Amino acid sequence: MTDLADLTLSEATSGLQGGEMTAVELLEAVHRRATMTEAQLHAYLNIDRPGAARAAVAADSALGNGAAVSKLTGIPVALKDNLVTRGLETTCSSKILAGYLPPYDATVVGRLREAGSVIVGKTNLDEFAMGSSTENSAYGTSRNPWDPDRVPGGSSGGSAAAVAVGSALAALGSDTGGSIRQPASLCGIVGMKPTYGLVSRYGLIAFASSLDQIGPLTRTVPDSVTVLEAIGGYDPADSTSHPGKVPDFRAGLGRGVAGVRIGVVSELSGEGIDPQVQAAVARMVTSLEGEGARVTELSLPSFEYALSAYYLIAPAECSANLARFDGVRYGLRRHGDTVEEMMANTRAEGFGPEVTRRILLGTYALSAGYYDAFYGQAQRVRTLILNDFDSAYGQVDVLVSPTSPTTAFEVGARATDPLAMYMSDVCTIPSNLSGHPAISVPVGLDDAGLPIGFQVMAPALGEEVLFQVAAEVERIAGFSDRPALANSRADI
Amino acid sequence: MPIDIDIAKVARLARLALSDEELDLYRAQCEVVLEHAALVQALPTEGVEPTSHPLRRTNAFREDVVTECLDTEEVLAQAPDRDGNYFLVPPILEEP
Repeated sequence: MTDLADLTLSEATSGLQGGEMTAVELLEAVHRRATMTEAQLHAYLNIDRPGAARAAVAADSALGNGAAVSKLTGIPVALKDNLVTRGLETTCSSKILAGYLPPYDATVVGRLREAGSVIVGKTNLDEFAMGSSTENSAYGTSRNPWDPDRVPGGSSGGSAAAVAVGSALAALGSDTGGSIRQPASLCGIVGMKPTYGLVSRYGLIAFASSLDQIGPLTRTVPDSVTVLEAIGGYDPADSTSHPGKVPDFRAGLGRGVAGVRIGVVSELSGEGIDPQVQAAVARMVTSLEGEGARVTELSLPSFEYALSAYYLIAPAECSANLARFDGVRYGLRRHGDTVEEMMANTRAEGFGPEVTRRILLGTYALSAGYYDAFYGQAQRVRTLILNDFDSAYGQVDVLVSPTSPTTAFEVGARATDPLAMYMSDVCTIPSNLSGHPAISVPVGLDDAGLPIGFQVMAPALGEEVLFQVAAEVERIAGFSDRPALANSRADI
Repeated sequence: MPIDIDIAKVARLARLALSDEELDLYRAQCEVVLEHAALVQALPTEGVEPTSHPLRRTNAFREDVVTECLDTEEVLAQAPDRDGNYFLVPPILEEP
């Protein structure tokens, strides 16, 4: 019999609504899986057993008495720990927020609760979402369920590991430079970054406000749609929230790709991409062509400068956003004789090395005399990147590339070389700079048995065609392998 | 372009009390990243408008209506130090 923790979200929805299982049983299966795997994986910072148990009982009651239920009623979901949860510790994996109990729920958290989902707990991340491996967490590194000697990617590495192994059926992450898609790729699951503004960020602890976006991590493309349907849509509490019509995310599922125009980005293939990743992506493109897609190779020359622009824009915005952590209103405080000393001592002790480095970089890039040469120039390059995207989307419906240039790397392999770590995001960053939606879908394993992710990108509010192509990629790939750790048993 | 950062000044602006060893380490690392980031300067951008925001939107308006706000006690319970309904901090101005 299938362990309930191995069900996809949509399978679990059918099972719950068909009365084949209860939300309490499903939660118990997920808890058992967490108990079996957490010592090795460390996907979670905090598992909220009492809160989840209450939500599961409430879901069963709604499911049993014919009350209005949603596809998420009774579904165990994990939250990246940079989403605030009322009364439940939220740390951003930082010492500066140890013990912080937020006085409100993020909008997406409230929407998940209203939909009846069961919040399992808070997942590990790189401190303040700055990193590509979770190695920058102040509370220890999460591991990859396919090989615990390797990283799960990041920064939403805990969310990706939990969904991959079955200690949650879905999770939320945040994506500033690839932080949903890259860990999804490295853990063999689906990770999606929606169009900027489509999902409210009220209650997402801000890293880089012109880039951050919340999105789902799930095992399948239709499950990604289901979560996005629940969390998306206008929120007056977020002034960057998109006030217009939300795309029909589901309309394209199962439609195939006949006649769809697909562009392969030259700048994101070849050099710098692992040959096995490159080959898997090329095979998928050939298959899509076989299904009737019209494939062309396109050059977007400004992409060569995306990483450089990103590492000016993101630190600049981070240095401004993280000014709020000053020991005054919440979190850590260290002694100082004056308020300024108190703040400087608190921040020096509370922030880890990567966060400190990015605050310094951003402060420098914004400081008098350097602003125009660095931040101003990066913003003009951002315009060129948007122009390249616009011109490409005049010719094709979607763009494709690898999600990550490599499969999961070993813990420690890039920890001492910031620039090597930053290269992990070279394929994902352009969509953050443009605010466009993008998704990673697993397409196979490399020779070491590690998952390879395929990225689909679409223009702003192009989620319908994005999910249409992603669903076809998923169908063609037929990726059904499960990580070794998901098969572990309590008795071994 | 060689980058030369006055790291002590930057740390002071960022309110980070770092040791001399830390300052040396961060200066070296920041210079490597900035040398890479400075590649953006190679692109000709004369006449290109900067993009600060991907939506290119301007104002976001909503109705000015009274709604529930956060619970004062719940908020202040998170404060490292408080005096009644105030956040308490060390002296900002010296005694005259």
